[in-house]
Parts: sequence; structure tokens; C-alpha cells
Amino acid sequence: MDSLNALVVIANFVVVPGLAYGSQLALGALGVTMVYSVLRFSNFAHGELMSFGAMVTVLLTWWLQAQNIGLSVLPTALIALPIAMVVTVLLALATDKLVFSYYRQKRSESVTYLIVSVGVMFTIGGLIRFIIGPADRVFTDGQRFLLKARAFKKMTGLNEGLAIKTTQGVTIIVAVIVVALIFWFLNKTKTGKSMRAYSDNEDLALLSGINPERVVMITWIITGALAALAGTLYGLDKSYKPFTYLSLLLPIFASAIVGGVGNPVGAIIGGYVIAFSELFITFAYKKVATYMLPAAWAPEGLVQLLSTDYKIAVSFVILLVVLLIRPTGLFAGKTI
Amino acid sequence: MHYLVGEAMTGGYGDADILHECTIGVDEGEIAVVVGPNGAGKSTAMKAVFGMLGLRSGRVMMDGEDITALKPQERVRKGMGFVPQTNNVFPSLTVLENLEMGAFVRADDFSNTLSQVFELFPVLKEKAVQPAGELSGGQRQQVAVGRALMTQPKVLMLDEPTAGVSPIVMDELFDRIIEVARTGIAVLMVEQNAKQALHIADKGFVLVQGRNKYTDTGKALLADNDVRKAFLGG
Ligand SMILES: Nc1ncnc2c1ncn2[C@@H]1O[C@H](COP(=O)(O)OP(=O)(O)OP(=O)(O)O)[C@@H](O)[C@H]1O
Ligand SMILES: [Mg+2]
Repeated sequence: MDSLNALVVIANFVVVPGLAYGSQLALGALGVTMVYSVLRFSNFAHGELMSFGAMVTVLLTWWLQAQNIGLSVLPTALIALPIAMVVTVLLALATDKLVFSYYRQKRSESVTYLIVSVGVMFTIGGLIRFIIGPADRVFTDGQRFLLKARAFKKMTGLNEGLAIKTTQGVTIIVAVIVVALIFWFLNKTKTGKSMRAYSDNEDLALLSGINPERVVMITWIITGALAALAGTLYGLDKSYKPFTYLSLLLPIFASAIVGGVGNPVGAIIGGYVIAFSELFITFAYKKVATYMLPAAWAPEGLVQLLSTDYKIAVSFVILLVVLLIRPTGLFAGKTI
Repeated sequence: MHYLVGEAMTGGYGDADILHECTIGVDEGEIAVVVGPNGAGKSTAMKAVFGMLGLRSGRVMMDGEDITALKPQERVRKGMGFVPQTNNVFPSLTVLENLEMGAFVRADDFSNTLSQVFELFPVLKEKAVQPAGELSGGQRQQVAVGRALMTQPKVLMLDEPTAGVSPIVMDELFDRIIEVARTGIAVLMVEQNAKQALHIADKGFVLVQGRNKYTDTGKALLADNDVRKAFLGG
């Protein structure tokens, strides 16, 4: 009984939130990895692109709520999301047209692109603060829980409850569907294969008649859509606050690099690796220890390896260790 | 007048010219071989014919049409296939996907061409689902040639297709190339193994420092004493 209770505590505070947060990171890292493998640079603007997508969702959700349009138990944001994805894709295409295409024509070094993407990051960040301001916005509605802690306790008779928020369920399901779609696209369609070919060998892709401008355009379309999706899911799960997306950049890049940057499978696994590491390391094991150890050994402190304030350090350390020991990541990177 | 010809091509990668009034060409169903010492500009001449290099003067003609201004992709659509000297496969794509990418510009059903390529290179069928980067050098060259054949080109340009393969595989590749030419395709290729290549060549071009030094039939070049001494090792 005690060990079951301990398991439920871990499931409630680590596994469920980890799956949701991991899915959000995975979708973010997938966008970063796509840009890296096709356009060959680290896009620091990706966090703000996510934030922009979430902002459009927030604004549309408010409007929909004012019109009394909703999805009853599900968040209204799900109706707004597809439109936000389209708008974010347009922004991604516009930044490419206005900024990145110039450096592509000049065949700039990837370091130049990286600095340019920092500029784009600040510009989009400014635009967001100009439109919606820096404040914290909650835009979740509908039913709050798929599974309530109390209901779980009643069902199982355990002391500990397991709660699953609707937003967590939505995040995981949407992530699974989208990832499946992306892999189907990359591996089964002619256009997807041509993108992988272009990422593999740009010159030979040209010789095969693959149009690079089209490949670049499709990459931005996928990246923009993924960014809006990841940003919205993150905002739904927590809340929408522009500043947090800047700090999401580190775990997202850590996910992409841990998995092997440029490798989509790696990006997804990297997302979960980072999410679970953060949660396991900042989790307070006091309750678990109390259940598992004899009463006399019950700990007094929180039994926490690291305070949650330092969770960003976890991604940072993992990133450093991977770069030192296995710079190509868990899966060989640089291809899609 | 050849079916495909780069005429009096002058140009290079930057300010300095690599090619000087260089001419190479080939006719349908024939094999033309370009030989010469390292750095002579053989690869550069091939790239120029394929439109990967700006020409300062000279022109490229195909089937009587001036194609000098066309981009490489447009030449692919016109019926040119090119196998570069290096990086000529997509390493992380499977063999089959490599061949499919060869057929990228085709909107019709290319399964016939695919089975022809598999017939020509049976090993590719065996390794169809393996990433091309995991193949041996000789097998990779077969993928590269196979990829170029997938567009059903009228002209096939090969830059050192036998580089880094064993003599046995080389003979086999040459046999395959002869088969390809017999189907009516014009084959223009650069070869390091000058002697063997000139044996199967209808035409030969000897380039030195970006200039045509000797141009004749393969047989005549093999018989020419000067050519033998300077380029064929006696
Ligand atoms: N991309 C490039 N940029 C600048 N110069 C180049 C480039 N490629 C080749 N060159 C120069 O052009 C000249 C001719 O090179 P090319 O590759 O055409 O020779 P090659 O006859 O094919 O030699 P090899 O037998 O070694 O393949 C060389 O001096 C080389 O240094
Ligand atoms: Mg060469």
C-alpha cells in the first residue's frame, strides 16, 4: 500500500507533468531542429515565435469568449489555435523574406545567421510586448481536470491522489498526433523526402531538380506551425507570460542538442529527457521517503536535490555534459 | 556539331579563369571521355557544361539549342543528368529514396525506370532500404549513377565514376556505362583511368591547364605516341 502511494505521488508530481512539459519541449525542439537541418543555423528567435503564436491564440480566445463561442469541456483556445498557427506561419515567412533570405543570398556563415536570429528574437519580443504587454494572462477555460485527485482517491482507496489536468491531456494527445504527422510527412511524402535530401546534400538536391526556395518555404511553414502549437500548449498548461518564453529557449535548445541537433527523433526524445531530468532533480522526495522508509527514518527536510528555482540549471548542466562527452547528441545529429 | 557541347568555354570560380577556350562534347549513343592531369580543369569543365559555373565567354548547346543561360535544375528538366565527383549521394536517405529523388522532376510513373536501374545494378535492389551512406564506395557510385538515370536523361555526365573502386568493380561499372550508351544516351565522362576509359570511348578530350591539348577518337588517342608518353604512362 505504501509503495503504491509512493508511486502515485511520483506519477502525480513527476510523470504526468513531465509528459506534458516534455511534449511541449519536444515540439519546440522539433522546430529548432528543422531550421537547423535545412537552413543550417540555430534559430534563437524560436522562443519568441512560440510566444507570438501563443499571443495570437490568447487574443483570439478572448474574442471567442466574448462571442460566447466555446468547446464546453475543452479549452476555447483549441478553436483559436489553427488560426494562430496560420498567423505565426505568416510571420515566419515574413521574417524569412525580410531578413534571412538576404543572408542566404550572400551565403553567410551560420554564426552570422545566429546573430541575425537574435535580432529577430528581440524584434518579435518587442512586437509582442507592444501588442499584449508583459503581464501574466490565464486563458484556459472549460473543464479544469480530466481526472480529479479526490475522484482518484475514492476510486482506488489510496491516500494519495492523482490528478490529470485537461491541458495536460490535450498537450500529450496533440503532441502525439502532430509528431506522427511530421514523421509521416518527412518519410512518406515526396516533398518530405526532398526536404531530407536537401538537408543531406544541398548541391545534389539542386542537381536533382529540387527547388531550394520551396524547401525553405515549407521548412518555415512547419516551423511556424510547430512554434504556435508548442507555445500555445505551454501557455495553456501554465499561463501566458511573454517573459517565460525567453527562458524556455535554454531547455528547448538543450533538448535539440541532447537528442542530436538536426535529428527529429532526437529532438523528441531530448524533450522528454530534459523535462524528466528537471522534474526528478527538483522534486521533493519527502513524501515518497516517508512512505518507503521505516517511520523512525522519516526525513525532516524536503529531500530535494535542487530547489525548483534552479531548474534551468538542470538543462544547462545536461547540455554541458552532452557537449563535452558526446557532442553529436544521443543520436547522430545534422540530418533530418 | 555535337548533340551536347560546351564550346570555347572560358571561365572559373572567381576572377582567375580556370578554363580557356575549352571545348567538350558528345553525341547520342556515344561515350566521350575527358582525361588530363589533376587540376587540369576536368571537373570544372563538366560543371560549366552543367551550368554550375558562370562562363565569361563561350556557350553550351544541346540539340541545337543554346542553353548557356539555363540553371542546372532547368537543364535537368531538359534531359541532362550529372553525377558529381564527390558527395554524389544522399547519405542518410535509403538507396530507394536516393533513386526517387533522382526522379524528383518527373510527374509520371517512374516504376519502369526504377526496375531498369535495378536490372542494371542488381545490388541496389538488395540494399534498397539501407541508407546510402552505409554502402561501400563502389555501391555508392552505383547509387549515384542510378540516381542520375532516374530522370531518363538524354545526356549522362559522370565525373570520375570509378574513383576509389577496385579494378574489378571498375570494369563492371564501365560495362554498365557501355550498356547505358547503347540505349541511345550520350555519355560524357571524366576518367582518371585514362587508358581503360579511352578504350571504351568514341571520343576523347585531353585537357591540360584548362585548354584542349588533344581531341580525337578514343582509338586515335591511344595510338598517338605523344599522348601515350605524356598521359597514359607510355
Ligand atoms: N570550388 C572551387 N573554387 C575555387 N577554385 C577551384 C574550385 N574547384 C576547383 N578549383 C580550382 O580549379 C582548378 C581545376 O580544378 P578541377 O577540379 O576542375 O580539376 P580536375 O581536372 O577535375 O582535377 P582532379 O583530377 O583532381 O579531379 C584547380 O586549380 C582547383 O584548385
Ligand atoms: Mg575532378
